[in-house]
Amino acid sequence: MYIRAASNISPQNTFGNQPFLSELIEYNGDRLTCIEPDYKTLIDPKLTRRMSRIIKMGVAAGMDCLHQAGINAPDAIITGTAYGCLEDTNTFLSKMVQQNEEALAPTAFIQSTHNTISAQIALLLQCHRYNNTFVNGGASFENGLLDAMMLLYEGEASNVLIGGIDEITINSHAILKRMGLYRRKPVSNFELFNTPGKGTMAGEGSAFFLLSREASGNDWAKIDGVSSFYKPRNVAEIQQHIRTFLLTQNTDINEIGLLLTGSNGDLKNVAVYEQLLQYDFDNVPVINYKALCGEYPTSSAFAMWLAAHEIKNGVCSFVSSRNQIPLKKVLIYNHYQNIHHSLILLSAC
Amino acid sequence: MDQPVLIAGVGVISAIGNTVAQNLLSLEQEKTGIAPIQYLDTEHRDEFPVGEVKLSNDELAELSGFKPCISRTAMLSLIAAKEALTDTGITNLLGLRTGFISANTVGGMDKTEDFFRDFLADNTKGRLRNVVNHECGAVTNLVADQLGIRHHVSTISTACSSSANAIMYGARLIKNNMLDVVIAGGTDALTRFTLNGFNTLMILDKQPCQPFDANRRGLNLGEGAGYVVLVSKRFASSLKKELCCTLSGYHNANDAYHQTASSPEGTGSLLAMKGALQKAGLQSSDIDYINLHGTGTQNNDSSEGAAISRLFTGHYPKMSSTKAFTGHTLGASGGIEAVFSALAVQRGLVYPNLRFETPMEGLPFTPETRFSKQPEIKHVLSNSFGFGGNCSSLIFSKP
Amino acid sequence: MDKLMADLKEQIIEQLNLQDVKPEDIGDDQALFGDGLGLDSIDALELIVLLQQKYKVKLSNAEDGPKIFRSVRTIAEFIESNKIPNA
Repeated sequence: MYIRAASNISPQNTFGNQPFLSELIEYNGDRLTCIEPDYKTLIDPKLTRRMSRIIKMGVAAGMDCLHQAGINAPDAIITGTAYGCLEDTNTFLSKMVQQNEEALAPTAFIQSTHNTISAQIALLLQCHRYNNTFVNGGASFENGLLDAMMLLYEGEASNVLIGGIDEITINSHAILKRMGLYRRKPVSNFELFNTPGKGTMAGEGSAFFLLSREASGNDWAKIDGVSSFYKPRNVAEIQQHIRTFLLTQNTDINEIGLLLTGSNGDLKNVAVYEQLLQYDFDNVPVINYKALCGEYPTSSAFAMWLAAHEIKNGVCSFVSSRNQIPLKKVLIYNHYQNIHHSLILLSAC
Repeated sequence: MDQPVLIAGVGVISAIGNTVAQNLLSLEQEKTGIAPIQYLDTEHRDEFPVGEVKLSNDELAELSGFKPCISRTAMLSLIAAKEALTDTGITNLLGLRTGFISANTVGGMDKTEDFFRDFLADNTKGRLRNVVNHECGAVTNLVADQLGIRHHVSTISTACSSSANAIMYGARLIKNNMLDVVIAGGTDALTRFTLNGFNTLMILDKQPCQPFDANRRGLNLGEGAGYVVLVSKRFASSLKKELCCTLSGYHNANDAYHQTASSPEGTGSLLAMKGALQKAGLQSSDIDYINLHGTGTQNNDSSEGAAISRLFTGHYPKMSSTKAFTGHTLGASGGIEAVFSALAVQRGLVYPNLRFETPMEGLPFTPETRFSKQPEIKHVLSNSFGFGGNCSSLIFSKP
Repeated sequence: MDKLMADLKEQIIEQLNLQDVKPEDIGDDQALFGDGLGLDSIDALELIVLLQQKYKVKLSNAEDGPKIFRSVRTIAEFIESNKIPNA
């Protein structure tokens, strides 16, 4: 499965031709928010009037991805999102409570359904093909990737547009903060791992990929495999999953040129990463990618963008030039709140 | 070689019964579950009839084993999923690659909307336990944990076609040899959010709905859960009990016409049905019964009717919408109607389209008005068409 | 009537989030739906809510929508003839 094109709206300069790596953005506080493009140049303003922020983010990244790949309409459209369209849900819910269920307007309700992003893209493209939306928390993007892989393998599609997207809203942030997910005291995303503590920093993003069965000769990277597992009982089980995964991919740990981890600086989440780095991946360069995008359920989509970006680059840009070696394989390992764990292995084409 | 996927068990809870047996009895006795709102706390209580499961949250808690503070969506899901699993006769999932693919649209919204009453006034207020399982996926996880399934857990949300897509995804995971057993389907509980949401679209019927009737006024919302247990042929041979049927065909297409309305010609519907037939290697004349999406809205029934007119020209099979019994159960509808369709194949049943009076103009067929037992029902087509143009069709066949 | 129509145009632009459209761009008799201003069925539902909330006029039958919402003038005429008199 090849990544023909990728597009990413994130808290870093990742969308379009941007100085992403030369200008990493620092955030101080408890959240990282997306740097959004000017949607007027990407989506017909007559259509954006109804779209809330997350829908614009999804549609823009999806359309940009297709544009990059030179494809008018994909054979399938899949989205992974844990929270769906939160702002619209919030708007309708709030009005419903405040107005005591009277005189409510339809737009926010219509836009609040989780499949709105996949649906809007299909509508814009007049695409009648396979259309799906996965909403399983920290495995939403991975479930979607698995669906895409099956479609390509089954011959039902020769290319698939797939994205992982989630947003923060004022209310969702307030609620998750009360649940203890985020840092009480402000911290810098660049210092998150140097100052481990209770909680992490919230993030958000919209990363879309055009995957194809055949190599084009101009692809970002190849996806060798995806695996997600649920509530492993202990670190040993996680290590076993990783070993089995690499075995099925005919890959030795020594072949991994770069490891992207979902470590988020939260004491209750980092233990497993520390163990893995100490015992299994002690010689591999590591990027804790959530320093760049923050913590959210579909952050592995950002990680996949970053991994593919590095592979396309040829070498790991975060390593000093004298230590750089050609990147052959990149592994992503992430978990969301110890519930859903995932592994994605990418390799150079 | 395309491996067949078989249905080894079914489970359902809806407005017409808390078990498969109770649902079948109501269908046979032509007793609707549409009634005035009894349990949902809403300002519109006396305005819209609905298809509520006839159990309070406390009663559902007792039946499911969940605490009463858990979302109604999760409780309905666990009850139906457990029934489906028990139906297979599988006593031990150990050593089996088991998946739970569940769909819903509301997640834990029934609890969230209670939370918001306090939270909006003061964002330090509201009981957090009411929102901790708000997400669609959180509801699935709650149920997966109770069922003891860890190997593969997924949630799909594509409006009214959600659980049909879950069944499709589950079947493909088996065909691609990733799983041995999959409990697939969906659940949704009635909430103020959806009741009010649909009311803003002005498509709710203030009387019990009349799907596919010329004078139909709209839909009645419903709630419930429906699951099928899918198994590979290889695994099925190890099961002691007789299998229900096969899932012989399925297809997912998009109408791409409008966010909420279906195209007049029913493009998405037609593609979904045609694709399912193709997958099953069947002609339209092979279908013995169609379980229609048939919500009772002007738009859906015209659109679906137009698509059926085109696809089944010359041999219109028996057909009906069971939403006149259960109401439109949204994310659960594909799952509940999959169960009804599978049973139709297994037992040779055709369900009635209740309250049908006047045929729609221009449609060369009318739905069945009486329950009947047929000498043989070999192939049943089940339609689920939703917002966002998400159209899915499933075909169940004799093994 | 003119003042009502001017007010309506502003309300419509706000309620339907018609970015880049100014009140003077909407003709009194210009078709709002289809090719005119390009509004659709969701906008019609939004207008029903607008009428209820801002002008206290209720439209209980959605099927009356198309003829009432044909243009700003027809909406204004509907409001005028259905206004609940001040108590």
